[in-house]
Amino acid sequence: MDKMPKWADVILTPLISLVLAMGISALVILAIGESPWMALTTMVQGALGSSYGWGFTLYYATNFIFTGLAVMVAYHAALFNIGGEGQAAMGGLGVALVLLFLPLPHWAIALPVAMLGAAAFGAAWAFIPAILQAKRGSHIVITTIMFNFIAAATLNYVLVNQLRPTGSMDPASARFPEATNLPALTDIAAGLGFEWGRNTPVNVTFLVALAACFLIWVLIWRTRLGYQIRAFGKSEPGAVYAGINPVRITVIAMMISGGLAGMMAINNVMGESERLVLNAVEGAGFIGIAVALMGRNHPLGILLAALLFGFLYQGGGELALWTTIPRELIIVIQALVILFTGALDNMVRMPLERLFLTMKRTSRGAVK
Amino acid sequence: MTTAGDMLGGRSDTAAPAAIELRGISKAFGAVQANRDISLAVPKGTIHGIIGENGAGKSTLMSILYGFYKPDQGQILVGGQPISISDSQTAIRAGIGMVFQHFKLVQNFTVLENIILGVEDGALLRPSLSKARGVLKRLAAEYQLNVDPDEVVENLSVGHQQRVEILKALYRQADILILDEPTGVLTPAEADHLFRILQGLRDEGKTIILITHKLREIMEITDNVSVMRRGEMVASVKTAETSPEQLAELMVGRKVLLNVDKQPARPQAPVLEVRGLTMVDVDGVERLRGIDLDIRAGEILGIAGVSGNGQTQLLEILGGYPEKGAKVGGTVRMNDAALPLSGSGCDAGQRRRDGVGHIPEDRQVEGLIMDFTAWENVAFGWQDAPEFNKGWLMDNDAIRRDAQAKMERFDVRPRDCHLAARNFSGGNQQKIVVAREIERNPDLLLIGQPTRGVDIGAIEFIHKQIVALRDAGKAILLVSVELDEILALSDRVAVMFDGRIMGERLPGQTTTGELGLLMAGITDTRNVPDDAGIPPGTAMPGATQGAH
Repeated sequence: MDKMPKWADVILTPLISLVLAMGISALVILAIGESPWMALTTMVQGALGSSYGWGFTLYYATNFIFTGLAVMVAYHAALFNIGGEGQAAMGGLGVALVLLFLPLPHWAIALPVAMLGAAAFGAAWAFIPAILQAKRGSHIVITTIMFNFIAAATLNYVLVNQLRPTGSMDPASARFPEATNLPALTDIAAGLGFEWGRNTPVNVTFLVALAACFLIWVLIWRTRLGYQIRAFGKSEPGAVYAGINPVRITVIAMMISGGLAGMMAINNVMGESERLVLNAVEGAGFIGIAVALMGRNHPLGILLAALLFGFLYQGGGELALWTTIPRELIIVIQALVILFTGALDNMVRMPLERLFLTMKRTSRGAVK
Repeated sequence: MTTAGDMLGGRSDTAAPAAIELRGISKAFGAVQANRDISLAVPKGTIHGIIGENGAGKSTLMSILYGFYKPDQGQILVGGQPISISDSQTAIRAGIGMVFQHFKLVQNFTVLENIILGVEDGALLRPSLSKARGVLKRLAAEYQLNVDPDEVVENLSVGHQQRVEILKALYRQADILILDEPTGVLTPAEADHLFRILQGLRDEGKTIILITHKLREIMEITDNVSVMRRGEMVASVKTAETSPEQLAELMVGRKVLLNVDKQPARPQAPVLEVRGLTMVDVDGVERLRGIDLDIRAGEILGIAGVSGNGQTQLLEILGGYPEKGAKVGGTVRMNDAALPLSGSGCDAGQRRRDGVGHIPEDRQVEGLIMDFTAWENVAFGWQDAPEFNKGWLMDNDAIRRDAQAKMERFDVRPRDCHLAARNFSGGNQQKIVVAREIERNPDLLLIGQPTRGVDIGAIEFIHKQIVALRDAGKAILLVSVELDEILALSDRVAVMFDGRIMGERLPGQTTTGELGLLMAGITDTRNVPDDAGIPPGTAMPGATQGAH
């Protein structure tokens, strides 16, 4: 079996997809009478041109790393978890409950406890679809997407009726105790003696996300559980033959997945807003699907894809701020990137593969 | 004997052009040359066998003839006229009919409806159906192709379904009939009947191309035979002038031992005792209806039978993973301890710890994870083994070392444990599974179809390993649909039909004919009708649904 080199598979293909998406985006921008070049420079400048831009890009990327990893773990068990949105929302509730009701003296203690709370709530939210899938065969795509709505409604109820401080008109929880506020990266930079990313929301959670990438890599490719998850994902009859319990793996993989999605909440809820607000997830759960697809379900790829989508989020915001390009168009651009890197992946991959094979054959012929 | 160059150049001595002729056909997939400069001439009114190992390029060649692939080079002539076969419709118009290994029938249509499918004469079905009924009657009388035209296909036995496929081709006025591994799913009696049909067709002037890997069939029925090896046509000979040994040698490229070399078994204490084993699947179908078996240490018990008669279920239950939702009854004792047949103690991992090895029937679905590397597959099923684990992590280095050593000892090629399982040939994939299971030295080894889709060279090797394990005093349960394999390896043969053991025989004291009758569910072997494939009106249970 001949294949194209790995670098072409992993780097060249998404890159070409990205260029294609950008090309079509440029045409769309041209069509509404704006300059694509100006749009691109605005986005790059706004997202990557200053430590301020980077601060936001990395903040968004942190969210996407968690939801991307969540999709990835489920994917390796052949489960399509599109409930990241709801699981992240419930993770937020977990964080809020922990921080509001447990007396935690310092952020360094609050962080692991809040992570546990976030992961537990996210995992619990994924557990129900998982057990329904494993025991009853209810399709996980259907149930997780329904659970997104249930999560949103539940959060709505809890915020309005339970967590809203009396007298407040805002459907949001009270502020978390000051002591539990996570240090922003800008504070850490200041501590090290230089100025970086002032007034940006990126915080220590970014470092947690990097650690999570590594740990998930270890989990999937170095542990027995990861081996079992991957084997189950490739062939369920094979897994059964090998003594791997499908119910157990389905539930565990989904709970890890839900836990990861839930952990996103320590970034946006604990790290940024420092209280629980309605609709805190802002679609990051869905972006995670695109991130995992584009990152080829590998933590390193997910890290890079999350950075790209962080750039698109931040750059898109800048575009809306500084140009007359409407906000909706930014969603179009993001959608095109998702379309090309995710859904139309094979459109680029297959011709590329053919090209590499012919190149190989002609070079072999030349040697003869 | 003649070599490819002499006889296959296409210049037949007779004046009549060959029914079908290939000239210099080549086809490559990527870097793989599936067919290389193949020339072949099949005279009209003959049965021509094409034999070769898996991956030799037989199926590619036939797909080219039927228009599924376009050759990179070369020419096809039908009746002396060069034609370009761009799709299956062209092939049908040129008079080429194909009977695939896996039938392309609509299960819940009647025979008649299946036959006219795709060649209806108009928007209304009635005229086509009545026309087909007439044609069918004539064909049935002419070629012993008796099938009830109004029977729904799913109620037919496999043998009869195959007849429908042949009728389909004849209805489309095929003069050249290509059959791909036609006997794989048939009982010996059904296969004999098929051969009689084919001979009848030949005598009527039809040309038949038979693709198979079974040497016995080639010798029995063909007029000429061509041997393929690694994409090339290495020889083409008159069947009468060759021998199975010679053909095997041509296929593999070296001398092959066709008979398994083994000493008589020296059985010892019983290892496995199965009593009254029953199984009802989730749909309420009785798959096993009371199986009693004993296997002693140091013997091979072969289970013969047409696939789909409960062998799969038997292996799965013994292997610790009965089908989801199935009800299992009866007892299974191994080394004098009862094995749990349901509940929490009944899982494949526990069975392995109890000393049961298992080479599953379908290596691509169960035995291997095709996307995993060879070394990952060496740990498959044994992922809990202490030597493969190091605390929290799996000891990948240890697994790789073990894999490399096993590949060395079992001569798995290429010897690269980082290659994905799907990139190995069928025989080498199976060697990985066999190495993994045999080298654990299990007290009981379950084997399902050990050599399905495996080339002759590897078959010889795998058979040797199985016999060696027996001689080391282990108990072996061998399930195979290849009767020759069962007879060659087993010390005792039990025949399964419809979830029952129809009887046990000793290989030296029985014939394929007798076993074939048992496989068809006929225990009274004295008084048998000529067409003994199936008792009329009874469908072979399970056979149409398949195991999975």
